[in-house]
Amino acid sequence: MDKTIITVVGKDTVGIIAKVCTYLAENQINILDISQTIVQGYFNMMMIVDMQKSIKIHDDVSADLNNLGEQIGVIIRCQKEEIFNKMHRI
Amino acid sequence: MINIYEVAETNAMIEHENLDVRTITMGINLLDCADTNLERVCRNIKTKIASYAKDLVQTGESIAREYGIPIVNKRVSITPISLVGASACHSPEDYVKIAKTLDDVAKEIGVNFLGGYSAIVSKGMSKSDELLIRSIPEALSQTERICSSINVGSTKTGINMDAVKLMGEIVKATAERTKHCDSLGCAKLVVLCNAPDDNPFMAGAFHGVSEADAIINVGVSGPGVVKYALEQLENANFETLCETIKKTAFKITRVGQLVAQEASRRLGVPFGIIDLSLAPTPAVGDSVADILKAIGLEQAGAPGTTAALALLNDQVKKGGVMASSYVGGLSGAFIPVSEDQGMIDAVQAGALTIEKLEAMTCVCSVGLDMIAIPGDTPASTISGIIADEAAIGMVNQKTTAVRIIPVIGKTVGQEVDFGGLLGHAPIMPVNKFDCSVFVNRTGRIPAPIHSFKN
Repeated sequence: MDKTIITVVGKDTVGIIAKVCTYLAENQINILDISQTIVQGYFNMMMIVDMQKSIKIHDDVSADLNNLGEQIGVIIRCQKEEIFNKMHRI
Repeated sequence: MINIYEVAETNAMIEHENLDVRTITMGINLLDCADTNLERVCRNIKTKIASYAKDLVQTGESIAREYGIPIVNKRVSITPISLVGASACHSPEDYVKIAKTLDDVAKEIGVNFLGGYSAIVSKGMSKSDELLIRSIPEALSQTERICSSINVGSTKTGINMDAVKLMGEIVKATAERTKHCDSLGCAKLVVLCNAPDDNPFMAGAFHGVSEADAIINVGVSGPGVVKYALEQLENANFETLCETIKKTAFKITRVGQLVAQEASRRLGVPFGIIDLSLAPTPAVGDSVADILKAIGLEQAGAPGTTAALALLNDQVKKGGVMASSYVGGLSGAFIPVSEDQGMIDAVQAGALTIEKLEAMTCVCSVGLDMIAIPGDTPASTISGIIADEAAIGMVNQKTTAVRIIPVIGKTVGQEVDFGGLLGHAPIMPVNKFDCSVFVNRTGRIPAPIHSFKN
């Protein structure tokens, strides 16, 4: 498994999850878990995905999601899971 | 599994609290580049550095992108050049030629600094050490990315006062040679006592002779993260305060460990050490002085500063040690003046003097760092300041250093701007009483006694 964390932060609007999920499906990226909250009107979503079968490399997915975020008006980040595991788990 | 709050915490540290990995520094052994012919030495050096470090910058950038953590600097440290050039260099000009070669290769591989234009003269100076030292003003004025460091003392050997005297003159001469850019050369020159072999931070980085052929050392950072964590505490006692610093240092260091291991794997070069440091930048909030304020001081330099800094330094180490498999380098809180907005504010407010900074260096790494002083300060006074710092390091078995900039043509009340990470600084007053008789005695201060500790 090649776990990556995708985070979306921004103003809540219709179709954010749909657009991100469509992109992931098109690129064979499997979603393992989704959680979301709304803090002070701001949409906060985290996805844990498996990129093992992804047809694109990490850098390209990250750049594509960045562009997609710009179109929707949110910030989308794509980071390998290890940085969070290292920091929060002993 | 990782939850959304943990992810949000990490990303807030990166986005709002200036969390970054300050440097990936590749140490490269150049001893096998030695030759009696200067041209061949230069060629060997170029080939060896390029072969190991050609992918360093690109690898650092791709790790930064994949993990979403900024890696500010990618750098190279090398074997002290006084050893590598000993057979080939017969004049300071010969060493300058090596310096230019190093500068060229640094630009070619894209690193922003290359450290190791150095000599270790803690007990005595060989002919080649002296030639290298005498070449420093010219070498630093003719290059952009070369950093120079001279180790003038150690706990085991005492202090080489001949070298201390010479370095006072060399600092002054370097300032003079680079006066067209506010004596910037001195920002790339540091005089150390007990210099570590595996320091990833400039200007004091070099690849010691005890090291492997090549090694990856990583310096972490994160004063902003510690400051933010402390600001969330209200009326906490020392126990809570210390626990918070430790936990934060642990998290910061784990990121450094991840980056180091990943860089080591991708570059095929063994992982050396993590330097557990709080390294400030001129960015607002990314300041060690601000942490001291969050601990409860009105300004850095107020009574209590040394104690607060001692506490901070110790907790950073305690938290960081468990987060990394190997710790080394300078490891501690840095207190540069020009690179830390909080320190600059403290100097401008009249709260912080060179004497207080000197006291602070007794309890943290690394020394009097990035301090601008009047350009007319005599060389003997600079030597006196170097001797004082070296004595603190020698007696307390710690690394100390002096990186001061006598800004030619400027005096107290004026400012100097070095740009970028080097920041800007007000010119600080220096004690005007003379120490030239002390400095001009020849020889060395003997090593201190290692028993009867009081």
